[in-house]
Amino acid sequence: MRHSASFLPSRKTRIIIGTLVGLFFAIPFVATTEYTFRDVDGHSTIHWANVFDPAKQAAYRPIWTGLGNSLLLMVVTVAIVLFVLAPTMILVNLRFSKLRRIFEFFALLPISIPAVVLVVGLAPIYLVVGRSMGTGAWTLAFAYGILVMPYAFRPIQAAIDSINMSTLSEAARSLGASWPKTVLRVLAPNLRQGLLYASLISVAVVLGEFTIASLLNRQNLQTALLVVSRQDPYVSVIFSLLALLLCFLLLVVIGRAGNVGSHKKGRRK
Amino acid sequence: MSTTSAPPAAEGSARAVRRLRPKNLSGLGLAPFGIYVFLFLALPTILAVTTGFFDKSGNFTLSNVSALADPVVLHTFWNSIWLSALTAAVGSLVGVAICYALLGIPANSPVRTFIDAVAGVLAQFGGVMLAFLFIATIGRSSFIVTALRDAGIDIYASGMWLYDMPGIALVYIFFQIPLMVITFSPALQGLKPQWAEANLTLGGTRRTFWTKIGIPVLAPSFAASYLLLFANSFSAYATAAALASQGSQIIPLQIRAALTSETVLGRENLAGALAMGMIVVMALVMSGYSAIQRRADRWHL
Repeated sequence: MRHSASFLPSRKTRIIIGTLVGLFFAIPFVATTEYTFRDVDGHSTIHWANVFDPAKQAAYRPIWTGLGNSLLLMVVTVAIVLFVLAPTMILVNLRFSKLRRIFEFFALLPISIPAVVLVVGLAPIYLVVGRSMGTGAWTLAFAYGILVMPYAFRPIQAAIDSINMSTLSEAARSLGASWPKTVLRVLAPNLRQGLLYASLISVAVVLGEFTIASLLNRQNLQTALLVVSRQDPYVSVIFSLLALLLCFLLLVVIGRAGNVGSHKKGRRK
Repeated sequence: MSTTSAPPAAEGSARAVRRLRPKNLSGLGLAPFGIYVFLFLALPTILAVTTGFFDKSGNFTLSNVSALADPVVLHTFWNSIWLSALTAAVGSLVGVAICYALLGIPANSPVRTFIDAVAGVLAQFGGVMLAFLFIATIGRSSFIVTALRDAGIDIYASGMWLYDMPGIALVYIFFQIPLMVITFSPALQGLKPQWAEANLTLGGTRRTFWTKIGIPVLAPSFAASYLLLFANSFSAYATAAALASQGSQIIPLQIRAALTSETVLGRENLAGALAMGMIVVMALVMSGYSAIQRRADRWHL
């Protein structure tokens, strides 16, 4: 067994690469954490305490507004993924298998179109959206639904591929279930893992989105961080660290759950 | 697909049921998604690419597109291209080293979960926040810079480069390396132990394994990943926008300038022309990517 795996790195190589790369990626996080504990002379928790200091809230209002908008956008974007993208994928896989390739092409297309290019074409469209639906923060979710599509597509498609949808739906239909009932009560529960990852990754994308919000003059968490950083860089840095941590935790959840899933699949084989 | 090719007997009754439902009725189910994708993906892309050909009053003009030949625009495109080429090169090489160091660590180990999650955050969701991270780390008042200054080293002796191209390149590398780890890792994990055995049986060494088998097999995946990193850097906006709040060093920042001010370089719809230029570059890079990726996939059946 040992010689068969002779292309594996030696322990020494692993340690050297791990240390060098680990340092390069750890230093900014350590230095940034140190930065948030700065005080006039020395260190204190003053900047962290400021985040919740009522006297400072006027200056930080953009961040709370932005965070509120981002949370709202997450909800609407996840709704688009669950109620527009996912049902369409079910329909395409069940009834229009000839369309699968073209559907995949469109679902992955947003990777190839830079957000900054998309925004040039979205600007006139949002003029119309603003006139017909108002300029509420939530309308930005239409653009975000497109941005998250490539990320949400893969986990949902993987879930669809891992179950036998036509058997399930035909069984449900022959027992008298209507189509909406079949999708909601039979198919969706079987796809729940894929739908969950798609939702979590969509939350992470929306949490970090800046380009479209900024260039359409909308306020979300990221644009607020940039605005507030001009008066109080410390609080922007604190919120950035927290947001990165939250994204990290979301991905850990996806990663751990994904492993559990792959175990199960392995056992079934 | 096993899901669609059920035995004919079972299929027969299902087909009879389906025949009662006209297919166009279930076709209606595709409409919401179709309309949505048309309005917010297809139409914006078409608008972005074509507005460059029209002036403010809607008349056809080539004046904006001719701006792509303007020396200032050409220089900015050149900046974008070398920034992408450089950060993709550094990112892909360091990324390969990390992927190699991770070889043999089981996919479900906590180490892998940790590294995959960190890589995912940095590669895909960092944006503005990564810029803040570096401003706090090597900004003028950071402890690293002050400590170095006390030691007699001034990293900003030749000017404040953090908010200019060198700084942008440094932070881009910080998200390019993790993207390489994400995209190249599956290819490296696909190296089969049997190939190493075959190499040994035929009298090969560790060195010949890499020169005759490993590198040739992985080369297409590496090239494809490099192109993906190039595209990623070429289309990135947030990090650069947060670092360089004023200038227009790269094309995405020049689009910002064109969108936020009425006229740039004396032209009205410059953003459209620049967007078209970006799409052309992206289309070339991404079609190269998918062509090479198809070749790379031969080894990962």
